[in-house]
Amino acid sequence: MTEHLVDLAVIGAGPAGLAAALAAAEAGVRVAVVDAGVRPGGQFWRSPAPGAGPFRPATLHHGWHWFTSTDDRLTELAGTGRVLRLAGHHVWSVQAAGDQWAVHCVLGAEPRQHGTSAPVTVHARRLVLATGAYDRQLPFPGWDLPGVITAGGAQALLKGNLVVAGQRVIVAGTGPFLLPVADGLARHGARVAAVIEANSPLGFARFPGAVLGATGKLGEATGYAGRLLRHRVAVHHRHVVLGALGTDRLTGVLVGRLDRNGRVRAGTERQIDCDVLAVGWGFTPQLELPLQLGCATHLDVDKSLVVTVDDDQATSVAGVWAAGEATGVGGADLATVEGRIAGLAAAASLGADAVADGRPLRRRRSSLRGFASAMHQVYPIPDIVLERCSDETLVCRCEEVDAGSIRRAVVDLGATEARTVKLLARPGMGWCQGRVCGFATACLTARHTGRAVAEPDLRAFADRSIATPVPLGRLAAPLADEQPDGDGG
Amino acid sequence: MPDRPHRTGTTTSDLVVVGAGIVGAACAYYATRAGLSVTVVDSGPITGGTTGAGEGNILLSDKEPGPELDLALLSNRQWRSLADLPLDDTTFGRTVELETKGGLVVATGQAELDGLARLAAEQRELGVEALAVPGDRLPEFEPHLTDDVAGGYQYPQDMQVQPMLAAAHLLRLARRAGATVLTHEPVTGFLCDGERVTGVRTDRRDIPAGAVLNAAGTWAGEVAALAGVRVPVAPRRGYILVTEPLPPIIRHKVYLADYVADVASDSAALQTSTVVEGTGAGTVLIGASRERVGFDRTTSLPALRQLAAGAVRLFPILRDVAVLRAYRGFRPYCPDHLPVIGPDPRAPGLHHACGHEGAGIGLSLGTARLVTQSLIGEPPEIDLRPFRPDRFGPEVSR
Ligand SMILES: Cc1cc2nc3c(=O)[nH]c(=O)nc-3n(C[C@H](O)[C@H](O)[C@H](O)COP(=O)(O)OP(=O)(O)OC[C@H]3O[C@@H](n4cnc5c(N)ncnc54)[C@H](O)[C@@H]3O)c2cc1C
Repeated sequence: MTEHLVDLAVIGAGPAGLAAALAAAEAGVRVAVVDAGVRPGGQFWRSPAPGAGPFRPATLHHGWHWFTSTDDRLTELAGTGRVLRLAGHHVWSVQAAGDQWAVHCVLGAEPRQHGTSAPVTVHARRLVLATGAYDRQLPFPGWDLPGVITAGGAQALLKGNLVVAGQRVIVAGTGPFLLPVADGLARHGARVAAVIEANSPLGFARFPGAVLGATGKLGEATGYAGRLLRHRVAVHHRHVVLGALGTDRLTGVLVGRLDRNGRVRAGTERQIDCDVLAVGWGFTPQLELPLQLGCATHLDVDKSLVVTVDDDQATSVAGVWAAGEATGVGGADLATVEGRIAGLAAAASLGADAVADGRPLRRRRSSLRGFASAMHQVYPIPDIVLERCSDETLVCRCEEVDAGSIRRAVVDLGATEARTVKLLARPGMGWCQGRVCGFATACLTARHTGRAVAEPDLRAFADRSIATPVPLGRLAAPLADEQPDGDGG
Repeated sequence: MPDRPHRTGTTTSDLVVVGAGIVGAACAYYATRAGLSVTVVDSGPITGGTTGAGEGNILLSDKEPGPELDLALLSNRQWRSLADLPLDDTTFGRTVELETKGGLVVATGQAELDGLARLAAEQRELGVEALAVPGDRLPEFEPHLTDDVAGGYQYPQDMQVQPMLAAAHLLRLARRAGATVLTHEPVTGFLCDGERVTGVRTDRRDIPAGAVLNAAGTWAGEVAALAGVRVPVAPRRGYILVTEPLPPIIRHKVYLADYVADVASDSAALQTSTVVEGTGAGTVLIGASRERVGFDRTTSLPALRQLAAGAVRLFPILRDVAVLRAYRGFRPYCPDHLPVIGPDPRAPGLHHACGHEGAGIGLSLGTARLVTQSLIGEPPEIDLRPFRPDRFGPEVSR
């Protein structure tokens, strides 16, 4: 077993985590950056795998320059011993241990490797949780066909390995994130047949203040839209994918246009051929670790469960800060600003001289948050998607639970919240523990009980005392913060 | 014996059951079957208490002769007869994953094996089937069991059920027979007529009733206090590990002999005794830890570690199997480790069915039968005196 002792442990090496780590380290604090990924950058700045062939990440990655310079600086500080970089470390438990935090990790990018090498525990006086988010998925008829992937998955294929996901691609779902995905695919040789966007950017007209506050963000989107135009990619607003078609694998999709009331307009349904469908319905923040620590949470505008933080990014638990998507989905720029604020605040609490550029940072955060909130309101998930889920539509792939079983758990058996549905019908009980179906199960449960999604519905899937699968033999080994003892008995 | 509750119009139930866990669900079903009108009320969702955090063993093997074994035998018979009840296109048993697969208790040393032999002999006198299995024949029962065991006993009558499904379907059957189930509605007080309890008050309404049943599990002490009586139920925390789904490699519920001692122990400190079993879903459940730490909800890594170590020791094949989750519950226990069942002489109209500690799933049906018998004025099938609500000491003044 390996143990490390640092002042501050930053969990997550995405934009928020890197910014927090650098801010604290520059202030003189000894920092460990812990991330499950093998290379830094998180979901957003996915570095290409070594030997992935010729590439120009700068063309793919927004903010790549900031990322490389931050990364270089952290590497430099790692050379001096100020920064400890722990990649490929999957945190499965965080616990209070006296006046410190014990961060227990298993090694290996894949759960199957977790038993093979010795575990690592990082002891830290302070914590910054920058655990990011993953693709939010919704079931629809045919979504389990091979060829249907997540928008984030397509992006990852492009960024990580520079493989073009397929020949004829459709990008669908909602949100500005669909545009860079489509643009990246088009620029790497895929024929993007269409972008199917459930909402319309015209909705931003309702939020002039938010848009003015973050003009750069809209510019970004306009840039992608322009490039898509050059690639002859049609963006269909207020359209949804009604079903994926094909028998053994995807051959096309059925799309329809939505009217003002969010219904499919009669006569607008049509079929588009494609080999790959990349779907994105926003993101689900990863809250396992904050919940293990007992951090207070709330529902964000986009109906995500997020960590509640104060002006310093401090959580309700003393000694723990949170930044980035875990506190609300808002993109890399916002995550970077929040990470920096969190890193500085954590450093200051350790006695470091870290007041720095507080005011401008906070102003920037507030305008980026305003924009994010407007974005969530402009790009909601249309009701029609869940309405189209028939009893036969598969919701949980691990446990093969269909939407009918979820409906029956509510209607016949009397479940009133998602946790009960999970106990009675098993959605979210399999290998991925609800990462894929948790949000959908929460929404379907709420629908059948005739109410809006609530915090407990989402907690049912995020509340896990073991954040990632751990082999029994590994779990059986004594941990750093306890005395080895006899065999229980 | 209290009067038979009387029906008084549509707004009054014969019986209000406080708690929609397995015990409340079973009592509601048995009471409706006996012709009573029933309202179940719970402060949370159905099966949201300990029932939603327990394993589903229905055991005779771990019980020493005494009132709990009598209740377990009664319950075992109830589960068997309910198993065949037609439900939808199948049976109740199949719907709630009731498996009559039997238990296997193993001992690591000769002294423990001798202890098991003595227990088995006493249990057999009372109708429990217990078959000695010599060490060299254990692989026929459990091919993957460690060979570091001296021998064991097979208990063919031990069963397993999916407790949440069982509770939900019992409530559903009760609703079909006319019961009402109110959820997310905490009981905040009692309606009284002098000494007599005449219903409950919730945060939303008054529910008048001929009788009130306190089936509030680990929170039953608080509910009893609302009626001015003391029932000392306290939490005893337990963890279960759940593995990834596997092909069937563990056939019985298998546990080490020291489990019996731990279950009956008075110690507050962390104890784990290894219990391993496969489920219909393919996952393997690993229990059981016991510690008295109030309602502490922070995860205890030592407890998880001891559970994992015990499982790997019993089944070395599990070493590389992944644990997907761990869950925790608070068993409702009384100082003498016996449940509280029956009418409360200190508050006429109030009945209890609570405090079943680590065996409430298994004991629920027998409890429901006894409660119903006493509600309708039939002599209870087994002596209720050991389960008396007023056995613990003086009444708290109102
Ligand atoms: C780890 C673990 C493993 C276990 N394994 C087994 C096993 O293998 N076999 C077995 O038989 N047993 C097992 N048990 C024990 C079993 O789970 C319990 O004995 C049983 O679930 C108790 O059921 P109950 O209905 O009495 O309580 P609960 O299920 O807790 O139900 C009580 C209900 O009362 C409600 N309530 C409380 N206060 C109020 C109020 N004021 N107003 C309204 N409602 C209220 C609660 O919300 C709750 O829903 C295990 C327990 C644990 C923790």
